[in-house]
Amino acid sequence: MSELPKARIATASLAGCFGCHMAILDIDERLIELMKLVDVDRSPLTDKKQFTQRCDIGIIEGGCCNEENVHVLYDFRRNCDVLVALGQCAIMGGLPAMRNAIMHSDAPLRECLDEAYITGKYIRNTTHQVPNDPALPLLLDEVYPCSQVVEIDYQIPGCAPSGDIIFDTLAKLLTGRFRGFEREMIKFD
Amino acid sequence: MSGTKRETGFTFTIDGVEVKAYAGMTIMEAADEAGVYIPRLCDHEGLRHQGSCRVCTVKAGGRSVSACTQPAAPGQAVENETARLNKMRRDLVEMLFHEGNHLCPICEASGNCELQAMAYRLDMTEATRFPYLEPCRALDASHPDIALDTNRCISCGRCIRASQDVDGKGIFGYVGRGIHRRVAVNGENLADTDAEVSDHAISKEVCPVGCIIRKRVGFVTPIGEREFDKGLIGHEIEEKRK
Amino acid sequence: MDNRHAGMNGGTPPSCVAAPVSDTEIAEICEKYGNDKHRMLDILREVQDRYRCIAPATMDKIAEKTDLTRIEVEGVASFYSFLSLTPKGRVTIRLCDDIVDRFAGLDAVAHVFEDVLGIGIGQTSPDGAFSLEYTPCIGMCDQAPAAMVNDIVLTRLTPESARSAAEALKAGQAPEKIVAERFQELTPYERVTRMVDNNIRHAGEILLGPVPEDAGLQNAVKMTPAAIFTQIEESGLRGCGGAGFTTGRKWRFAASERAEKHFIICNADEGEPGTFKDRVLLTERPHLLIEGMTIAARAVGAREGFLYLRGEYVYLREHLEQVLEDRRRRGLLGQHIMGVKGFNFDIRLQLGAGAYVCGEEGALISSCEGLPGEPKTRPPFPVNRGYLGYPTVVNNVETFCHAARILDRGAEWFHAQGTEGSHGTKLLSVCGDCLNPGIYELPYGHTVREVLAMVGGLEAAAVQVGGPSGTMIARDSFHRKLTFDDLATGGAFIVFGAERNILEIVEYYMSFFVHESCGYCTPCRVGNVFLQKAIQKFRSGHANPEDIEYLKELSGTIIETSRCGLGMTSPNPVLTTLRNFPLVYSAVIKPSKDGIRDTFDIQSAIDGARKIAKRRSYIFDKDFTQ
Repeated sequence: MSELPKARIATASLAGCFGCHMAILDIDERLIELMKLVDVDRSPLTDKKQFTQRCDIGIIEGGCCNEENVHVLYDFRRNCDVLVALGQCAIMGGLPAMRNAIMHSDAPLRECLDEAYITGKYIRNTTHQVPNDPALPLLLDEVYPCSQVVEIDYQIPGCAPSGDIIFDTLAKLLTGRFRGFEREMIKFD
Repeated sequence: MSGTKRETGFTFTIDGVEVKAYAGMTIMEAADEAGVYIPRLCDHEGLRHQGSCRVCTVKAGGRSVSACTQPAAPGQAVENETARLNKMRRDLVEMLFHEGNHLCPICEASGNCELQAMAYRLDMTEATRFPYLEPCRALDASHPDIALDTNRCISCGRCIRASQDVDGKGIFGYVGRGIHRRVAVNGENLADTDAEVSDHAISKEVCPVGCIIRKRVGFVTPIGEREFDKGLIGHEIEEKRK
Repeated sequence: MDNRHAGMNGGTPPSCVAAPVSDTEIAEICEKYGNDKHRMLDILREVQDRYRCIAPATMDKIAEKTDLTRIEVEGVASFYSFLSLTPKGRVTIRLCDDIVDRFAGLDAVAHVFEDVLGIGIGQTSPDGAFSLEYTPCIGMCDQAPAAMVNDIVLTRLTPESARSAAEALKAGQAPEKIVAERFQELTPYERVTRMVDNNIRHAGEILLGPVPEDAGLQNAVKMTPAAIFTQIEESGLRGCGGAGFTTGRKWRFAASERAEKHFIICNADEGEPGTFKDRVLLTERPHLLIEGMTIAARAVGAREGFLYLRGEYVYLREHLEQVLEDRRRRGLLGQHIMGVKGFNFDIRLQLGAGAYVCGEEGALISSCEGLPGEPKTRPPFPVNRGYLGYPTVVNNVETFCHAARILDRGAEWFHAQGTEGSHGTKLLSVCGDCLNPGIYELPYGHTVREVLAMVGGLEAAAVQVGGPSGTMIARDSFHRKLTFDDLATGGAFIVFGAERNILEIVEYYMSFFVHESCGYCTPCRVGNVFLQKAIQKFRSGHANPEDIEYLKELSGTIIETSRCGLGMTSPNPVLTTLRNFPLVYSAVIKPSKDGIRDTFDIQSAIDGARKIAKRRSYIFDKDFTQ
């Protein structure tokens, strides 16, 4: 394995809870083994905010709930050969996507923001206003799974995926041996 | 067609394995006894066969049929575990996921859910090509001991049959047509019915997903000890053969 | 999708603003039908007709009277399009929304109704006077655009005729007065033909030529049952509804089943878009049809039968009831038919309530039993265990008519017409872009081009043979023959000119199947919705080359795993156009650029937020920085 040239990977967390990134750390001591195979480019783990060069694998946590998520996802798709959706939010929208099904008025986004910031039962917001700083990215009309925005090559299921499935999948992808998951490893929770 | 024949057994094959059956038995009943697992969701032991989820589709005599309703026939060669059949079954399971709102991470049925377990067994892990329908469905928490989250209902109708045929009550039924067809209760809401938490229809094994919820017992089984943490769905049947 | 919520039943409980209905009146209706749960469709139709709505309290009462649960009653009431849990107008206008009607100017007609009545499609006026809605094909494609106004049919609507009809209704005129000032004085037959033209363009020797009265039945009463179905078998007659099962064998199977009772059902639930041949037979040859059913009864030993008439053909009810009554009076139905001791058979007219799937024989039987029109599990087959578990023969209108003629003229006479494997004649319902739409009775074996020449449609670019569940063919297939083995058809022959958009037609047909799927099985209920959405993607120009494969794979799953004929054929509009009009699809696909999906439109996705935040996007609005 060590003779192979090192691959470059990048990671990003979109509309998720960062749990999938924490799960990457669940690889534990095998991280050292993994680091022999890869260099990490753009990623919250390296704190690099931009791509320094084209990557072999991009790993995406979270779906798209705002314009910035879309922007980052486009950037990853353009700069990575293989794109991997990591965890249920990236795969199917996850918890953020619950808003898609519970909003049912003519102005669903308005209703959602009002409930979240003004009218909700447990909200204490003395300004009675929805935050609107110009730096805040605009929300999308609904939450989109990554595969509805760009083409996704592989998905690693789980909420969060186990360290085992992440390590196993990455190791196999990097060495061209990925043929699907062991069924016992597949979990949607 | 009427049962004038004597109860003599016969054999047929499933993926080349010889299976014994008796007149009147369905392919699935014979397969279950022989330790051959055919995936299914709407069929459940002790309930009338319905043949609606179509996950048990097998090839028999060159035709696609639902194994839970199709009578076994002597000498017939049935195909079950083929790539083509499993692909179609995976499509069907994925359709059910996309038809409702199935959020495994927050569902108390996770780990005990037959829909989820079927997705595992059928390798539902590739990026989907199906759209999500994201319907706006109701929660009914009116009953003191039972709640219904119909976002998770897959219209298998097991609760309908259990309530009608086992409990003798008829708490549930289908209403509507086409994509709007759904399971509903016999009244304005569940509290309006004579449902009781001790009903067979409400029991843990009847609802394959997390739609029928028994209050105050959620999340009692830790991860790792849940039904399908122990093995793939169908493993009990398959173990009979070993 | 259904976007209402609250309450387990997916919506606020239907709030009937219509005046509360007295329990006594509901009880009277139930008693009229013997409090029989198998007459549920009749009970609910009558409640709907009288009170314009089936309210929750009404369902409770009906359940009590018929010894059912309310959810069972609701299951039926919520299944059929013509029944409603919320109040409808006293006059309900149903505009036929078939693709042929659309091409014939439905839009303009719809606008006139909306304009005059002041309500949109799908709405009911606040005073409860009118409801306006679309309904799938009502069997008038040869005289489109058409509409049902309560039980009255209006055809060949133009914006002008629609305006005068709408204004008359608005002024309080009864719907039937639009048809004829002295409607009440007309005979049922006159009423029918005043509303709807037969448009018989070519009468063949068997059905639409001169037909002697009851000559077949006179022969049949002298024959043994076995001799009857042998004769039918030898004639080569196959079912004319579309599936083409050998009629004689069907009768033989039912007859050989030992049971306390046998039933004969005529399937007059002609719902395939573009098909209207049974309408004409029911209008012009009702005696021949009943004669055929009576012969079948003689052959299989049935004493009871049903004529299941689709809800859209309610305007034929009086006419058919009169024919039945007339035959009873003349000893051709009832006890000791034609004086033959023990030959007893009678027929009840069962009206449907708007559900295409009821044309499937199991679903039709379910509907006759007072259940939602859901197909039954096969086996057992209806000939073994059908209506209420008794052996039942279900045949199409045309099939029974043919059977009666065969008994008159003999198997050989029938067998000699048509081609090998497809004997006799077939009624074609021709409509669409041709000069002479209407009914053509032709022997099997004509090519599509020959038919097009006859109907004045040689300019056609496409023909939909057999309706949406059949085959869409292009000019390069016009040499193909109308037979069971080549191009099978239940009767529909829809001509499309070069100016028509094939993808628009396909999308319409998919929306039809989505609307008409009973929802029992997963692939048909959900898969057809996905297929419709996928076609929309092609129409909007967002499809990729891979989407063609996706269409084929999804269609394959639906066809192979569906439970009944509806799902097994619903992807046909997609598959047959993919095969015969590949350029239509390849012209609109484009590969996605950089792996970015065209279907996701960032501009429309952020539009709502832009308006709420009252600012533009610093990422996706190009001029933001300026």
